[in-house]
Amino acid sequence: SNDKIKKRQNGYNYIQEKQKQHLPSYDEIYEETPLTEAFWTYLNYVILNLFGWFRDLLRKFRIETRKGSAEDNPPGFVSLYQSYESFYTRNVYGRIADCFNRPIASVPGGEVTLLDRVTDDYNWSFRYTKDTIRAINLGSYNYLGFADNNGKCSQNVLEIIPKLGVSTASSTQEFGTLSLHRKLESLLARFLGTEEAIAFGMGFATNALNIPSIVGKGCLILSDELNHTSLVLGARLSGATIKIFKHNDMASLERKLRESIVNGQPRHHRPWRKILIIVEGVYSMEGSLCKLPDLIRLKKKYKAYLYLDEAHSIGAMGARGRGVIDYWNCDPNDVDVLMGTFTKSFAAAGGYIAGKKELVDHIRVTSHAAVYATSMSPPVVEQIISVLNFLLDENENSEGRKRIAQLAWNTRYFRERLSKMGFIVYGHPHSPVVPALLYSPSKIAAFNREMLKRGVAVVTVGFPATPLVLGRVRFCLSAAHTKEMLDKVLNIAEEVGDLLNMRLSKLNPKRSFQEIQNEDNDELKSNI
Amino acid sequence: MLLSSMSSVDIESLATDFYGLIQSFYHAPLYHIILEILLFFAVMWLLFFRKPRPIEKKLTEKEKQELIDEWQPEPLVPTVDPNHPALNVRILDGPVGKYITIDNEQSLNFASLNFLNFVGNERIQSKSIQAVQKYGVGSCGPRGFYGTIDIHLELEERLARFFGCEEGIIYSYGFSTIASIIPAYSKRNDVIFVDEGVHYAIQKGIEASRSNIKWFKHNDLDDLERLLIEQENLDKKNIKKARATRRFLIVEGLYMNYGDLCPLPRMVELKYKYKYRIFIDESVSFGTIGQTGRGITEYYNIDRQQIDLISSTLEYAAGSIGGFAVGSSFVVDHQRLSAQGYCFSASLPPLLAAAAIEALNIMEENSDLFETLMYKSEQLHNKLIAIKGYIIQGDYLSPLKHIRLPNEFNTTGRLESIVHFAQTKHITITVARYLQDEHVLPQPSIRLILNVDITEEEMDFLCAVLQEALVVTI
Repeated sequence: SNDKIKKRQNGYNYIQEKQKQHLPSYDEIYEETPLTEAFWTYLNYVILNLFGWFRDLLRKFRIETRKGSAEDNPPGFVSLYQSYESFYTRNVYGRIADCFNRPIASVPGGEVTLLDRVTDDYNWSFRYTKDTIRAINLGSYNYLGFADNNGKCSQNVLEIIPKLGVSTASSTQEFGTLSLHRKLESLLARFLGTEEAIAFGMGFATNALNIPSIVGKGCLILSDELNHTSLVLGARLSGATIKIFKHNDMASLERKLRESIVNGQPRHHRPWRKILIIVEGVYSMEGSLCKLPDLIRLKKKYKAYLYLDEAHSIGAMGARGRGVIDYWNCDPNDVDVLMGTFTKSFAAAGGYIAGKKELVDHIRVTSHAAVYATSMSPPVVEQIISVLNFLLDENENSEGRKRIAQLAWNTRYFRERLSKMGFIVYGHPHSPVVPALLYSPSKIAAFNREMLKRGVAVVTVGFPATPLVLGRVRFCLSAAHTKEMLDKVLNIAEEVGDLLNMRLSKLNPKRSFQEIQNEDNDELKSNI
Repeated sequence: MLLSSMSSVDIESLATDFYGLIQSFYHAPLYHIILEILLFFAVMWLLFFRKPRPIEKKLTEKEKQELIDEWQPEPLVPTVDPNHPALNVRILDGPVGKYITIDNEQSLNFASLNFLNFVGNERIQSKSIQAVQKYGVGSCGPRGFYGTIDIHLELEERLARFFGCEEGIIYSYGFSTIASIIPAYSKRNDVIFVDEGVHYAIQKGIEASRSNIKWFKHNDLDDLERLLIEQENLDKKNIKKARATRRFLIVEGLYMNYGDLCPLPRMVELKYKYKYRIFIDESVSFGTIGQTGRGITEYYNIDRQQIDLISSTLEYAAGSIGGFAVGSSFVVDHQRLSAQGYCFSASLPPLLAAAAIEALNIMEENSDLFETLMYKSEQLHNKLIAIKGYIIQGDYLSPLKHIRLPNEFNTTGRLESIVHFAQTKHITITVARYLQDEHVLPQPSIRLILNVDITEEEMDFLCAVLQEALVVTI
């Protein structure tokens, strides 16, 4: 029994937790915005706008000096930037610019070292002091904790650099394909359960430049409201017609599918050449999961094709770490195009596309990366191969399994505690991306700064990445976080949450962390 | 009209009762009565005798379901020829430096864009190893969210200092550097003048920007002037619109598809005359042209303040991965919030940034590397011209040359057999590869790249092999 308490305190609770069946579920709760918060947020924006106009007026009449880079439009030239575009940047973003682009000076692991910077002129420019700040890192996408400078993966990478160099300086079709690249692709196909896979050097470019090879004019793309910019850019560059359905709303998707097939292409009503549904596995701003079983059912019913972007979910979801397909227990052959990135769970860089052999062959032939882009850097490929080897190890006690279980436990623990404490949390209960709502831009800045003062580095986002009223803080959990670190973060979040009056949930009225902790310990003692 | 002919009669009393109405009928002019009778018959016809147009009935649920069941999509991807070169690439073992190992045989590498032979360089590798020991491999985040590492800031500062510009910005992929920069500045109603021979990444960037594109013939300044004058005339017609339309000129320093330099001085003159901004893509000319490798602006002795933005890639001369842009702070800073490939993508892995910084160190310490490269390019050019039977395209100073066979003989098949023959003699060259949807597909050619460490004997050997290949294949 002491053993059990110790296991729980260390976080390696997976043996005990496995007894409880954590079945995949659909329950995602999105609590309504409290009316008072909406009011204060709009008022916040109105005040910011008023001050913004006033300051712009002062700057126009040179009463206030123009800080930042001097206006460089030579006489007679059309000005390079529209004045409205930069209004938001100057007057809203500029006030909170110190919360973004923070430089780090260490491995982006569970804890990170930030460079201390101060601004002498209200965020127009920054000066680095010689100090550093050590903080718990809830901002980097390091889901499985493989961002490490002295683990087995790094050892392999250090050995490969003298053998193969850092770059190949050739494109894949010319002399850039090493046997290492082929090894990566076959391991990846084995990991995902597909026939073949192909890897690229950048995740953004994978989406933006390969969607045009799959669909073209005369095709229809049905894309989720909250899809990432790379998917939107790829869809636009392809020339296909794009229709957007409400986020995760299967009824809306089905309606659009039916309408589109019945009406055909606009104007001349010829039938569509193909229909491609583009969704993501885990949406990074909402923390929600896509409803994969429903999507596969719809896709089969209407003969459409499914493109699944697993940027955030590969490695992070599923009992074996194979993404949302693993989580929902679906067949990888049902999804036509599996795409993902290596930046998040694999702590490397790049993207991949996997699927049937015909698809991958077609992409090899028509993709920009084959002909124009330099092939992937060998040390980065070696890092991915090492991580894949860990994850492919089916042994229960292997490093890969331990990390996956640790992440799953961290996710459940953190989300449960955060909601019970009264924060309004969005998203799926099993997703490692945890957004807690802040609503107004001032709170975004305040939360960020207060947490950093107390030693926790978080990411807070507002408009335009989120809707206007729904600014939020987004915690990215990692297998590198221990239970102690999470408890510390929760305590600090409680303190800051009270300072900013954030704990406004009506579903879970606010309670203190200590209270919940005591309750939990009592329960544990009674269960033994 | 009815009442006007009866001005003498009291109008009021006529209109108020039925008797008055009949009275007015008697007083109406004849043409009016005939018109009214005709109208009456027309209305009768419309109401009762015209065939009604059938209104399209909405589809029933059953019909909709039939349509849905009948619809057949195309297969996801078309079938691909299994003999396509992309599916049968040569797989190498070992670093792709001056020598490469194919099938356990070493051959001289004239195919990789490894101009300064930094692939396999010991100094660069040891700095990368140090970076891995400090930072790990990945940066695990975009620049805005804890993905900015101090080594990125150092690299940006060093690049800006190298070029003598105010600010630099780095990207994590060479291809998406220029492809993200162009849409950040040029929007839907702007005009871009671009050379026909630019490479694919620039074409993708222009496509993503949705601006009006005006292509001018490769390196043809007269054609460019003609387009500029046309645009000026358009502007005079609509001055208000002209004040809101930005103009850009996009050229490359050294063209990848042609190997020749762009006539920059005249373009800068025209810039002040016609008021456009210049973006130069120096992917190939960075680290190869100019006394100290600072690119085409150094070669022509043009003040870099006059160029709005210089972009390049770290993948060719610098031997790392990624891309960068340098310019004045006013221009470059905009990209930090508007360039999609910068904001929404993970940052460059620190080991590659360390490799690039060390490459810059080497470039600054050994500035005679560039003179050597230019000298050897000229040497190679003279030797290649001396071989009868090939057409050489490329500036004599450029380390990148395109070799073609004369006229009708120039087919991809023949060039491939020359490449194949050269491989048997342990010389690796390659046919330049393009995608079919390039704007102007260049003629098939062999792309030859000169590595700065190639000796004169090796150049002679190359020429001898090329000469022999002609005899054997034709």
